[in-house]
Amino acid sequence: MTNTENILAPGTIGRRRAAPLPEQPPQLWKSVTPKKAYDVIIVGGGGHGLATAYYLAKNHGLNNIAVIEKGWLAGGNTARNTTIIRSNYLWDESAAIYEHSLKLWETLEEDLGYEMFFSQRGVLTLAHSVSDVRSKRRNFFANALNGIDSEWLTPEEVKKLVPIINISPDVRYPVHGATYQPRGGIAKHDWVAWGYAKAASDLGVDIIQGTEVTGFDIRNNKVHGVQTSRGSIAADKVGLVAAGHSSILANLAGFSIPIQSRPLQALVSPLLEQVLNTVVMSGAVHVYVSQAHKGELVMGAGTDAFNSYAQRGGFHVIEHQLAAALELFPIFSRAQVLRTWGGIVDIAPDASPIIGLTPVENLFINTGWGTGGFKATPGSGWVMAYTMANGTPHALNQPFALERFLTGHLIDEHGAAGVAH
Amino acid sequence: MLHIPCPHCGLRNETEFHYGAEAGVAYPDPNALTDIEWAKFLHIRANPKGWLAERWVHFAGCGRWFNLWRNTITHEIGPAYLPFTQQPKAPDNIGKEDSKA
Repeated sequence: MTNTENILAPGTIGRRRAAPLPEQPPQLWKSVTPKKAYDVIIVGGGGHGLATAYYLAKNHGLNNIAVIEKGWLAGGNTARNTTIIRSNYLWDESAAIYEHSLKLWETLEEDLGYEMFFSQRGVLTLAHSVSDVRSKRRNFFANALNGIDSEWLTPEEVKKLVPIINISPDVRYPVHGATYQPRGGIAKHDWVAWGYAKAASDLGVDIIQGTEVTGFDIRNNKVHGVQTSRGSIAADKVGLVAAGHSSILANLAGFSIPIQSRPLQALVSPLLEQVLNTVVMSGAVHVYVSQAHKGELVMGAGTDAFNSYAQRGGFHVIEHQLAAALELFPIFSRAQVLRTWGGIVDIAPDASPIIGLTPVENLFINTGWGTGGFKATPGSGWVMAYTMANGTPHALNQPFALERFLTGHLIDEHGAAGVAH
Repeated sequence: MLHIPCPHCGLRNETEFHYGAEAGVAYPDPNALTDIEWAKFLHIRANPKGWLAERWVHFAGCGRWFNLWRNTITHEIGPAYLPFTQQPKAPDNIGKEDSKA
């Protein structure tokens, strides 16, 4: 690589090779043997669980915390998503919590002292039909009322922003317009998890991998600890942050949650020159695509129709997604699919998260992020930490309590977000 | 893609079907339920890791609903059966430990 090439910033379109990633330090977090007891145990070592532990230590002064992970750190949905970050949700409750998260993203690298390639390259959400235009414009106006940066773009303005997009009117899914959130973008998901893990570990959080929670010590409807594949560990408070496996854990603790676990797939191309420096999403045709730092096209597909824990999905879902992607971006026809994978997402009836208290005292839950959890990582951890430290939800997550399924006050983001949540 | 045995049409591709989640959830008398019981009926469906008896409708074929045992870890297909008939036993060779979760 020449010096001239090095000057170009990441994300700049041009003939250049991608900048190299910084070297990793040899060890980011300490290896520990579980203690007999903790003040707080977080079950689930993904982005949300690590962020919860970090904010418990940093914002609430707790220093006897463990994160217990069945597999390896951030090996679930944190490693399997398409890293899109935005906050332009329809409903006030969603807009508030995702915007809080986006604001945390904007200072996260400084806060954690760890680079994670957070790139506010903007997120486009395309509209393909008259009704699509109406609902996206409604979304755009709702965002304006909530003070969230959002713009409405005509097809020509979309083309100006993304030169490789096909805005021909005579295709199956023509582009009729788009909402655009300039502050949206992407980040490098592994680095986000490592950043939180390092910062949490530096604050004294024990990160315990390869340890499965197999039960809970519940007496008089109050949790006193967990049983694990490495023995019992006592805890004053326990938080379940296990995404697709939340139903299993809730059942072990003796209650049910309105969650269905489904495979959600994504794929990448080999490393290509930079052709796309905006995130493009289309709920109607089940496409969302960005070009990552190193040059691979990262695309997300839809969820499979059925419940599954298999971390793989049907190939017809990928085919459907690629067919629509090729029509939008004819240039992609010469790219190859390098790899596809699936993650198990936790979907609530209203496609909104469930964050807060459970029927068991001192047992808290954070689940239901479904197909859109990555962008919420900082905000989710922040409100979960507040809720666990204070024993009562923050105003931001109060509307997302389990009780909403009893009161009927659902936060229906299905229609607002489409599949690309 | 799953190959699903429709009891009326035989083995067909998954794309001919729509999914209907947990099978055998009877419609209750709303007036006889507490708010909590009603919320459970509306929103809670089984989400086990292992065998699940679930509903499918063959929308691109006979258009009829039926029930099917399917394993949510292996995607293995078990017996299909008609609604309001005797439910066959869950195939118990795989995913047994969590089948009641």
